[in-house]
Amino acid sequence: MSEVFEGGGRLPAAFMNPGTSSFTDFLSAVNPELLPGQSELPQNEGNTHLTPEGTTIVALTFPGGVVLAGDRRATSGNVIANRDIDKLFRADEFSAMAIAGAAGIGTELAKLFQVELEHYEKMEGRSLSLEGKANKLATMIRSNLSMALQGFVVIPVLVGFDEELQRGRIYSYDPVGGRYEEHRFHGIGSGAVYARGSLKKLFTDDLSESDAVTVAVQALYDAADDDSATGGPDMHRKIYPLIDVITEEGHRRLPTDEVAQVAQSVVEARSERPDGPTAPVR
Amino acid sequence: MPFYVSPEQSMKDKADYARKGIARGRSAIAMQYDGGILFVADNMSRTLHKISELYDRIAFAAVGRYNEFENLRLAGVRFADTRGYAYDRRDVNGRMLANAYAQTLGGVFSESPKPWEVEIVVAEVGDDPGSDQLYRITFDGSVVDERDFVVMGGSTEQVTTALQERFAKEAPLPRALASATHALAHESGEDRELEASSLEVAVLEREREHRKFRRLHGERLNRLIEEGRSGGSAEQNGENS
Repeated sequence: MSEVFEGGGRLPAAFMNPGTSSFTDFLSAVNPELLPGQSELPQNEGNTHLTPEGTTIVALTFPGGVVLAGDRRATSGNVIANRDIDKLFRADEFSAMAIAGAAGIGTELAKLFQVELEHYEKMEGRSLSLEGKANKLATMIRSNLSMALQGFVVIPVLVGFDEELQRGRIYSYDPVGGRYEEHRFHGIGSGAVYARGSLKKLFTDDLSESDAVTVAVQALYDAADDDSATGGPDMHRKIYPLIDVITEEGHRRLPTDEVAQVAQSVVEARSERPDGPTAPVR
Repeated sequence: MPFYVSPEQSMKDKADYARKGIARGRSAIAMQYDGGILFVADNMSRTLHKISELYDRIAFAAVGRYNEFENLRLAGVRFADTRGYAYDRRDVNGRMLANAYAQTLGGVFSESPKPWEVEIVVAEVGDDPGSDQLYRITFDGSVVDERDFVVMGGSTEQVTTALQERFAKEAPLPRALASATHALAHESGEDRELEASSLEVAVLEREREHRKFRRLHGERLNRLIEEGRSGGSAEQNGENS
């Protein structure tokens, strides 16, 4: 820090050099200690509960955009570490990411990714393509590999509206930075297997935006139903899933009362049919 | 052949040199309007900007030598992003950037044989008009905290006089834009009609979420200019161009 902000208030020479449009590259040259995952980790096993873990995230497309939704629970082993954590991050006007895995590292990664996209846009005068954003995130995950091998795994999902193709897209990642485009829907986190099963049954290609939101809440409910590390809608504390919608108009976080309505109707319907809506047999 | 030049003379020569360089270019205006801060520059280029975003609520406008002010712009973006990332987004403000620019320009002016031929404005839009900040920083590193509007560049006196005639605090956007283009058109005593294609226009919109900076161009700019000419009826908000 000191190196960058002292020296008589003058902009340091490194700031005036022409060169990179990447914030991460710039920071690694000027102020590497600010970057995540830069320090050597002590060899030690069994420290995986140092940071709470975030759990189920679902993403699905609908004609005209994409929905990203996350539950609110963070766990540390069998303890609920936080009941209203926010695992969804607006990356820029047309993209958002969510994290599952080590919460502390994931949050830092999301913050850096957000600055990275904005920085590029300001330096270059135009934004990266959605594909470019997805690849940039892959590089950042890869730089976390040594942490991942120590148990601090972070798996993000990136969603965005592709302005060129005029549709919503979903990208998933593995811990080594492999990047995969998912079609139609995807889920990550410990409850994702249940959420994906739910999505598979409820998803159709012609969902409206509000139907897509309901499908996301149904899938999160199913994940919470079977995975103890995923939190369901908490009607008493009024804690509901967080939902981001990205369309041609840009990124929008759904207001709490809108989500509350959807969550209430889902929970009420489950009191009639605990296993939720059924799909036709054929 | 050794010769002596007094510091006074050397500073005066440098200042004259910088002023002449800046006066060769066209002017730019930053001014308050009812929804935030408006920037208008007389600029034929569509890609080489004189007006840019520095941070969430902060924008930069410059006149003079492109390579010199572009250098300052890039450094400012890096400075703001590093600071906001290390601390918090709210810890980046206009005063801090204005100071950094002033120190930098002041250093160049006193130490190097050739001063930078630039004049810049750092503007931050606040939560209400009273907390808006407009800083003008000149080639020698002096900073002035301005009210209402700033005119930079070529023949600022004519432009300022023309702007004062029509400037109204809390004017709606089309009217503010009309008064700015009117003022720019009267630069160096000429009377031109400025078209959208020769204008670079941007705003810091108080009500906008996250990042307040927005460029106005194309259809939307044409519409605003039209509205301004026909007396400035209510402008439609909330659409992108």
